[in-house]
Amino acid sequence: MGETLTMAKAINAGLRRAMEADRHVLMMGEDIGTLGGVFRVTDGLAKDFGDDRVIDTPLAESGIVGTAIGLAMRGYRPVCEIQFDGFIYPAFDQLVSQLAKMHYRSGGMLRMPVVIRVPYGGGIGAVEHHSESPEAYFAHTAGLRVVSCANPNDAFWMIQQAIVCDDPVVFFEPKRRYWEKGEIDLGGPPAPLDRARVIRPGSQVTVVAYGPMVRTTLDAAAAAEQEGTSVEVIDLRSLSPLDVATIEESVRRTRRLVVVHEASGFLGMGAEIAARITESCFFHLEAPVLRVTGFHTPYPASRVEEEYLPDVDRLLDTVDRALAY
Amino acid sequence: MIDPAVPGGAVGQPPGEATEFVQLLTPEGARKRPAEYPLDVDADTLRGFYRDLVLLRRFDTEATALQRHGELGLWAPLLGQEAAQIGAGRALAPQDYAFPTFREHGLTWCRGVDPAQVLALFRGTSQGGWDPAEHNLHLYSIVIGTQTLHAAGYAMGIQRDGCVGTGDPTRDTAVLACLGDGATSQGDVSEAFVWAGVFNLPVVFFCQNNQFAISEPNQRQTRIPLFRRASGFGFPGVRVDGNDVLAVYAVVKDALDRARRGEGPTFIEAYTYRMGAHTTSDDPTRYRPSGEIEQWQQLDPIDRLVEYMLLTGTGDETYFAEVAAEADALGVTVRDACRSIPNPAPESMFDHVYAEPHIQVEAERAWFTDYHRSLQPHGTGGA
Repeated sequence: MGETLTMAKAINAGLRRAMEADRHVLMMGEDIGTLGGVFRVTDGLAKDFGDDRVIDTPLAESGIVGTAIGLAMRGYRPVCEIQFDGFIYPAFDQLVSQLAKMHYRSGGMLRMPVVIRVPYGGGIGAVEHHSESPEAYFAHTAGLRVVSCANPNDAFWMIQQAIVCDDPVVFFEPKRRYWEKGEIDLGGPPAPLDRARVIRPGSQVTVVAYGPMVRTTLDAAAAAEQEGTSVEVIDLRSLSPLDVATIEESVRRTRRLVVVHEASGFLGMGAEIAARITESCFFHLEAPVLRVTGFHTPYPASRVEEEYLPDVDRLLDTVDRALAY
Repeated sequence: MIDPAVPGGAVGQPPGEATEFVQLLTPEGARKRPAEYPLDVDADTLRGFYRDLVLLRRFDTEATALQRHGELGLWAPLLGQEAAQIGAGRALAPQDYAFPTFREHGLTWCRGVDPAQVLALFRGTSQGGWDPAEHNLHLYSIVIGTQTLHAAGYAMGIQRDGCVGTGDPTRDTAVLACLGDGATSQGDVSEAFVWAGVFNLPVVFFCQNNQFAISEPNQRQTRIPLFRRASGFGFPGVRVDGNDVLAVYAVVKDALDRARRGEGPTFIEAYTYRMGAHTTSDDPTRYRPSGEIEQWQQLDPIDRLVEYMLLTGTGDETYFAEVAAEADALGVTVRDACRSIPNPAPESMFDHVYAEPHIQVEAERAWFTDYHRSLQPHGTGGA
């Protein structure tokens, strides 16, 4: 057992460990050096590792990802910070057409051990472009791995696992959970990077969540228990690959499945999970797979974001619908 | 309209007396000796350039023919740009790393890539073709301008490896980033220029201005001569006669030397002309101004070298005939090599999507294999 850290400090500690372990690990991004990042996730790293390894880049996201690709070709393991979710789109071509496909294009001769860190999701009262959940775009792209941590211990270990991975990893950090504390287990990672985890056992309905919605789902499960409903909670952790086996095993016991995410429902992770579970667990299901998601609107102004974001009430309402079948 | 008062002259015109560019060999084969580029080339080097240009043109012509015969799905001809590519390719030191566009067949030639590996992409048997580390040459980039950022990043790695400015000619390393005139409009290229400038990277941006981005002329990409752009990013810009192999060699070599010494990036505009189509799917008769190609034919990169070699006695009809015979043999080799490239096994499409196992890809590979096995008649579908 180790110390108790906020998620932001846990990621910082994980980055520090990775930089100590391998001199080829570099940090790149806007304001990550002297300032320590707008969320202070890279705080102190420039001071300790120098500005050759913690690089304040020009203000251009395509440039950040594009030059990280070149550094990877030269044997480096760049970790790029995209300052906010909504700023990743200028880098879309470098991510999707270059980073994702370089290993494939080269017939396996080039490796792209690049991590793209993205503070994402809403709930912080921000202006436009600072609260988005773009994970499905990247999970849809073959060649990228996509993960999201939900607690400080996972954040600490998953960032290190992402950095040693020889594939590009888009690492989504739930920014509104940056300041929530948790204990770090220094004994080793809780699971491989590509595995989901059952984080609360239950018997009547399975709820799959990831990133910022895991906390919300655990709160909903606790509330449901007060009403006598047993909810099993799965933290997906990895969106690509998708650990369907863990979900299947759970659903075969609980016979009901709800998927929750902040991103809009249309063509989102929930749609993929619903399709796969319907196909593989059809005769086990007592109810259709239901989703609790953001709406098919741009992320709204912050004074109404609480109505946009799935919360405990909407989750419990959907759990009740699943149980009513 | 273009302001004729722009320094460097109007854009999109065939070069004339007033054109501001580095030239060592006039179209008539006369040698010029500008003080900034004191280049001495011996007879063997000249003959080497001639051989490169002729064999490269033959390879390119052969590839175009192979597309017409259905052996390639597409070809991007370089006809007219041989001197630009050979001059740049021969200026590289072995440890230098180059990033080509999709038309850089002269660079693959100089870096010793097997022609069959170059054709694989266009035949549709590979998305890449060769081992970049073996040749210090990245794969062809198809999305215009993206490779300039990869080049800047690679140059950042060279800096961090301590391979700049040591004075050791076998250690100091530079990057050559190829691009075209169309690419200069891409945001990625401006970003690469910013990175190169602010980090003083050991990179040379080598722009072959072949006057067209498919159908769009220079005037649709730029208001000023392209080499002038570099000053805004804080590094030198040089325009060179792209049909003059000696000038391109001298200018690129000088810029690579600067980069290796740690003196930072250079932008080179090699002023040339795409004599052929953009690709074999293109029809330049729809956009090429009448009479223009005839003007540029007078500026052919091989003709001027022949004139110079005849004048200086460094080449004669016997030597030219030898190279012509070698070109004929190369044509046969390329044809045979192309036709013998096998189609990849269908299940190979699942290879190398990821470097480490991915559950979904492996499941789809297993499904695909089982599906195809299920289509085999009973008794023949062995594992």
